[in-house]
Amino acid sequence: MDLKAYKGILVIGEQRQGNIQNGTFELLGKAKELAAKLDCNVSVLLIGNGLNEQHGKILAKHGADNIFMTNDRNLENYSTEPYTKTITKFIIENKPEIVMISATTIGRDLAPRLSARLKTGLTADCTSLDIEDNTQNLLMTRPAFGGNILATIVCPNHRPQMSTVRPGVFQKQEFDVKKPLKINCVRADITEKDLNIEILDTVYEKTEKKNIEEANILVSAGRGIGNKENISKLETLAKELGGLVSGSRAVVDAGWIEQSSQVGQTGKTVRPDVYLACGISGAIQHIAGMEESDLIIAINKNPEAPIFDNADLGIVADVNQLIPALVEELQKVNP
Amino acid sequence: MKIIVCIKQVPDTTEVRIDQKTGTLIREGVPSIINPDDKSGIEAALVLKEKYGAHITLLSMGPDQAELALIEGLAMGADRAILLSDRAFAGSDTWATSLALAYAIKKIDYDVIICGRQAIDGDTAQVGPQIAEHLSLPQVSYVTSIEKEENSLKVKKVFEDFSQNIRIKMPCMITVLKEINQPRYMTVGRIFDAYKENQVERWNIQNIDMDPSLTGLKASPTQVKKIQTKGAKTAGKVFEVDAREGARLIVEKLKEKYVI
Repeated sequence: MDLKAYKGILVIGEQRQGNIQNGTFELLGKAKELAAKLDCNVSVLLIGNGLNEQHGKILAKHGADNIFMTNDRNLENYSTEPYTKTITKFIIENKPEIVMISATTIGRDLAPRLSARLKTGLTADCTSLDIEDNTQNLLMTRPAFGGNILATIVCPNHRPQMSTVRPGVFQKQEFDVKKPLKINCVRADITEKDLNIEILDTVYEKTEKKNIEEANILVSAGRGIGNKENISKLETLAKELGGLVSGSRAVVDAGWIEQSSQVGQTGKTVRPDVYLACGISGAIQHIAGMEESDLIIAINKNPEAPIFDNADLGIVADVNQLIPALVEELQKVNP
Repeated sequence: MKIIVCIKQVPDTTEVRIDQKTGTLIREGVPSIINPDDKSGIEAALVLKEKYGAHITLLSMGPDQAELALIEGLAMGADRAILLSDRAFAGSDTWATSLALAYAIKKIDYDVIICGRQAIDGDTAQVGPQIAEHLSLPQVSYVTSIEKEENSLKVKKVFEDFSQNIRIKMPCMITVLKEINQPRYMTVGRIFDAYKENQVERWNIQNIDMDPSLTGLKASPTQVKKIQTKGAKTAGKVFEVDAREGARLIVEKLKEKYVI
């Protein structure tokens, strides 16, 4: 394989119902950083139908130098084979050296299929990406073993080097766009044979639910809060602070909060300004999902709870007594 | 219906602790289990068998000790178990692993391949879709329910903020989430049968007609460059105080950081 024939970074954009997802912007920001080290361009390929200039503008603003889009009704919604076929063809023709994909349920379905078809390596759920000085290889670092270790993976002899990154891991950036917007249309050749599954219906969850990945303040519940009724105390606190309630896996398994609000290895990765861990013991899988938070405050009855090793401030106390007291104290400050 | 369930034996990562002094993993005494998503895959196959009739083959690639995971699967009710084990596979990444499994699957008659979404030791969720790609099969991942129709399956796939009901023609590959079911326990009679000698078939690389240059460390596109344990972050102060004082300390901290 002629490694030198491959140049540039490709971000596979993700849209749902025409809305570009945050993970795409975060990848573009990181790609721009890596591109500066490699002295190359950042391209984005957004697959969908009915995409327009507005989509192009916002991609450019977040760091895309070259913008590629499809407009094909067979690609309106995600489906494994049509997307894999379209992207594979694009990669073979354009030869990027790095391909970045969001580690969403869509990206984690698509990326392994792509890597197997392209006969190249794929590193899932990277938490750090960098360029190795002498080789210019992509250094892909990811947690493994339930978050107990960090492994740095390379893909030295195959191209492109592919990685997925969970939303919330990198931060999006905005850039001044100087050059005029140019959108390159990519033709997809989807045939009947490629439509190998039949989507019978699609059910969207209520959109009023807020996304914990976007909250600045999270009040997070653990088993230590005792029962489902106590969640309402945390909701009062979250409201007082202008934040949202999230929780550990134990609390989700118990049915006290919804799965979409779960923080951790099997839930979401969050990095709010403040993470208030209420009765969370701090299993390594949980820590993996919140350790990047700016300020971590932990409340737990057990002074030996591992959460205290990761907290900036720890209070050994009964969380169900402390939360109402905290709400009162906050109301004194902000009546 | 003929079902293959791919399973992996994994260390129970919830039992792994880090030695805070040396920063290394404490592996002693960590039990090996059937990967939870895969165990739900076995259960899903057993439910299909009860409803529609099926023959279930379990397939696992791993060292000798992975036989225990297969025995457990047989004791749950699977009909056949194959351990794919050969030094040639050592060091395989997901690409080389999925290719070896695909070679093995070509030797087995099947309508559907069920994999767990991801394994708790690697968390990559790659092997299932890569097997499907190597075999040119349609796939649906993240499945939480399965019904059989004539020549197809009707499955429910969940995304972060929506779900879909999907019809997929067999042969096909699906990956299931742990949430799909609650795996049953082994029955005593079956445990006895499963432990009888020669219940688990042993396959090596010759049995699957695979060229050794296609698998193992050398055929793996990705390589591990460095492993580090995550040292605990420098812990902040911990106070053992009453609720009121604790609340005051928190308010102070939030003020210090300009949150309030």
